Amino acid sequence: MSILTYIAGWPLLAALALVVVPRNYRVIIRAIAVLATLISAVLAVKMFAQFVPGANGFQFEQQIPWVESLGISYHVGVDGLNVGLILMGAIVAFAAALCSWEIQTREKEFYILLLVMTGGILGAFASLDLFFFYFLHELALVPTFIMIGVWGRGEKKNYATFQITLYLSIGALIALIGLIALYLQSGANTFDIPKIIEHAKTNPLAVNAQNFIFPLLLFGFGILVSLWPFHSWAPLGYGVAPSPTAMLHAGVLKKFGLYGLIRIALPLLPQAAQSWAHFLALLCVGNILYVGWVAMRQKDLNLLIGNSSVAHMGFIFLGIASLNLIGITGAVLIMIAHGFLAALTFALSGYIYKQTGTLQISELGGLCRKLPFIGTALLMAAMAGCGLPGFANFVGEATVFFGAWKIFPTITIIALWGALVIGGIYMTRAIRNILHGPLPEKWNSLSDANFWRKLPYALLLASLLVFGFCPKLLTEKINPDAQKIVALATGNMVTANAPSTLAVNFVAQNK
Amino acid sequence: MLEISVIGLGLVLMLADLFVPAERRRYIGYAAILALGVLLVTSLSGNGSCGQFGTAFGGMFVNDALSLFFKQLFIVAAILVLFMAAEFADKLAEGSVAEYYSLILFALAGMLFAASANDFTMLFVSIELITITFYVLVSFQRSKLASLEAGVKYLILGALSSSFMVFGIALIWGTTGELNFTKLAAVAPQFADSRIFLLGVLLVLVGLGFKIAAFPFQIWAPDVYQGAPTPTTAFLAIGSKAAGFVLLLRVLFTAVPSVTAHWANLLIVISAITILYGNLCAIPQRNLKRLLGYSSIAHAGYLLLGIAALSASGQAALLYYLGGYVFTVMAAFFVITLVMRHLATEDISGLAGLNQRSPLLAATLTIAMVSLAGIPPLAGFFGKFLLLKAVVEAAKATHNLGYICLVFTALAGVVISLYYYFGVIRAIYWSKSSEDLSPIELSAPAKLSIWICLAGIFWLGLFPNTVLNLANAAAAVLK
Repeated sequence: MSILTYIAGWPLLAALALVVVPRNYRVIIRAIAVLATLISAVLAVKMFAQFVPGANGFQFEQQIPWVESLGISYHVGVDGLNVGLILMGAIVAFAAALCSWEIQTREKEFYILLLVMTGGILGAFASLDLFFFYFLHELALVPTFIMIGVWGRGEKKNYATFQITLYLSIGALIALIGLIALYLQSGANTFDIPKIIEHAKTNPLAVNAQNFIFPLLLFGFGILVSLWPFHSWAPLGYGVAPSPTAMLHAGVLKKFGLYGLIRIALPLLPQAAQSWAHFLALLCVGNILYVGWVAMRQKDLNLLIGNSSVAHMGFIFLGIASLNLIGITGAVLIMIAHGFLAALTFALSGYIYKQTGTLQISELGGLCRKLPFIGTALLMAAMAGCGLPGFANFVGEATVFFGAWKIFPTITIIALWGALVIGGIYMTRAIRNILHGPLPEKWNSLSDANFWRKLPYALLLASLLVFGFCPKLLTEKINPDAQKIVALATGNMVTANAPSTLAVNFVAQNK
Repeated sequence: MLEISVIGLGLVLMLADLFVPAERRRYIGYAAILALGVLLVTSLSGNGSCGQFGTAFGGMFVNDALSLFFKQLFIVAAILVLFMAAEFADKLAEGSVAEYYSLILFALAGMLFAASANDFTMLFVSIELITITFYVLVSFQRSKLASLEAGVKYLILGALSSSFMVFGIALIWGTTGELNFTKLAAVAPQFADSRIFLLGVLLVLVGLGFKIAAFPFQIWAPDVYQGAPTPTTAFLAIGSKAAGFVLLLRVLFTAVPSVTAHWANLLIVISAITILYGNLCAIPQRNLKRLLGYSSIAHAGYLLLGIAALSASGQAALLYYLGGYVFTVMAAFFVITLVMRHLATEDISGLAGLNQRSPLLAATLTIAMVSLAGIPPLAGFFGKFLLLKAVVEAAKATHNLGYICLVFTALAGVVISLYYYFGVIRAIYWSKSSEDLSPIELSAPAKLSIWICLAGIFWLGLFPNTVLNLANAAAAVLK
């Protein structure tokens, strides 16, 4: 059994176990959930440490035939692209389980859904089979809707649930059609991703078929990732979602679509990817500039974070659209960094909401005095969000800009402006209004997090800082495999000493 | 032979009715279940008569992988319906439950004949055996107005569709002189331009379209589903529909393949409209059985995807989907039977507080709804996946834009259906709790059959290999 099976399997097993635990054993239910995610996280760290950068092929592989007649098998494995994502997913899931103390009704169902979601996401990232890739994502997606619909907050709950269900189901189904079409068109008669890629090297897909399938995947996955103009579900959904759900979805599950584009669409549909890249880059501007602009106008902290998280997706898309080694590496870096960051900010806003019962920025103020730890963490998260060096986000964003500069200079300038100026404005303004200034009298009774409740925030912050100061941990793993993807997507081999690689190392060493 | 055993069993039950005191008659059902279980095991082990493939009665009756697949499906459905009928016994007229059991068995015999029909005479006889039995089954609650009304509706529309069908058969026989499917296939290409012959085929399809409740012959379904006794509704939703599909497969792909090949667009349009109609009309429904009636129309549309694809993989997908549909729909109707037997109406609000009254039933209905909506890891997801794959394959093979439109219509249908299926789940867990929170007592056989349904749903969702291989083998027969 591969360690990956255990990482995704423990949460699912724990979910099954919870079904039989009586609902009034609250402590035990919570303990099982926290323990299962902790085991996953520890195993993920172990796997990350044992991963050999640049090794040929996939590591920790396991393959069990499932439906022979269709060529579906349970196949998991990691390379540089998903090893970091699985680590990030497992840590965020553990943090989300720790933050779930804020749920006080129907806890049993909540933890079951949370664990199913965790197992589904981690399994989807580890999966090397198209069918399971989709299957496990869908398994993780449905609990999201239920969690938002049931444990969501605010009067817009029903509308937001409706919208998020509609958008994400449509997105997932469009992607499903794309994946089925890809399977049929490849002619490899297998759902195994490495085998399809191997087969496509000798029998590339016809260009008109590529041009049909790529938009299906781009928009299907794009809707899942809140690509502009299909993003409106995201801020709304995150605004009402209970914070553990928002942490897991915005942090981890949303990266599935991006990962799918890099893992599947780019190497298998190279010509279509090249012809669509420019269009994708234009849509990124929508994400970065338009949604950034919208974020500036928000009066609710969660809507602000939600919009800012959508805006950050623009940088990742830009990295993917640049179709070169630095761009793709940067995209994967931001995916990981943003996972930690989104989880951290939603966890913090959840804490503030639990304490004050509101997230209207105008009603808050001076909170740093009563909540020194939470306030500091929020300040650091905001700084990470506008790209302060030292946090992992900076490394990723800088790398993406390096990668995109050669291809889309105008868009890169706009994106830079969006990241530094717009991001800076809304983040610092939110910090000023929430943490500083006079403390309204009604908030005198607030209390800061105790040790256990500090733990998830500290964990996420530490992860951001570790990868911010030592991005080599990630880049040395991502680089060789990103290179393979780029080689397939552009049709020419990039040699190891090409200037692009040097630039990545340059960025990596200067952090 | 399997069919004779089933009819014999039905007669024995009727006789038993005379000797068993009224209050014990519901237990006759368990004896029938046991007997059907034995038949199922023999048919699975391949020792029984249906394990030997071949034809009988001058080619009218055929035993092959396809008929075997459907016979097993029908027997499983009948066993579950008998369980359900035993639970439903106290709502039927005093002591009449044995009669109800034997009618179910007669309908089952009709379905078994349908699975083996290889001739238009056989087709008509089996369809009539099923339909006429169902007239009685639908109106079995003689004291209930809705049940009688449903029976009359079913009778009028059923008789109409039968007359269309028999007219169609007459036209086919009149032009070609053949009634046997295999022989007809050989001569059909000569009549490809004969309008009378094509009209005949079309009229037969009308008759079958009524059975499966495809648009535009779906009008009866919601009313009959709502009014009929719940076990009848369940058997109608599975048995009658599956019988319609096996005959449709035989007619389209064995008898007149040369005609079918030109009718792809017709099938695409019917399938698309059926999906949209069923799903859209289900949205405002408040009566649970009526909602499932519309949902069954939508599912007829999904199943037609497999036929419209005109390929072996489409047919196999259809068979697989039906396999999953049996357990899912049975699970849903089982919960309705148990929860609603003491209520006057079957309104969705009757489900309020179900998760406190019986967690098992609440979970079962939830899983059934989730599976109908096509969400992993349940049977419905894998079935829909296979169907969509078959249609995309057809689009790739034929470059017919209609298939691409059909795929997106099906997707729209799936998204719409999420709304009303989740509405049911919400009513179970999150509606304002009702006054009636008394726990629901479950008898041991009821629990057993619910676990069978749940096991079936998960088995087909998680381990599709066995059934998929059977479905592939069955679909291979049609080529």
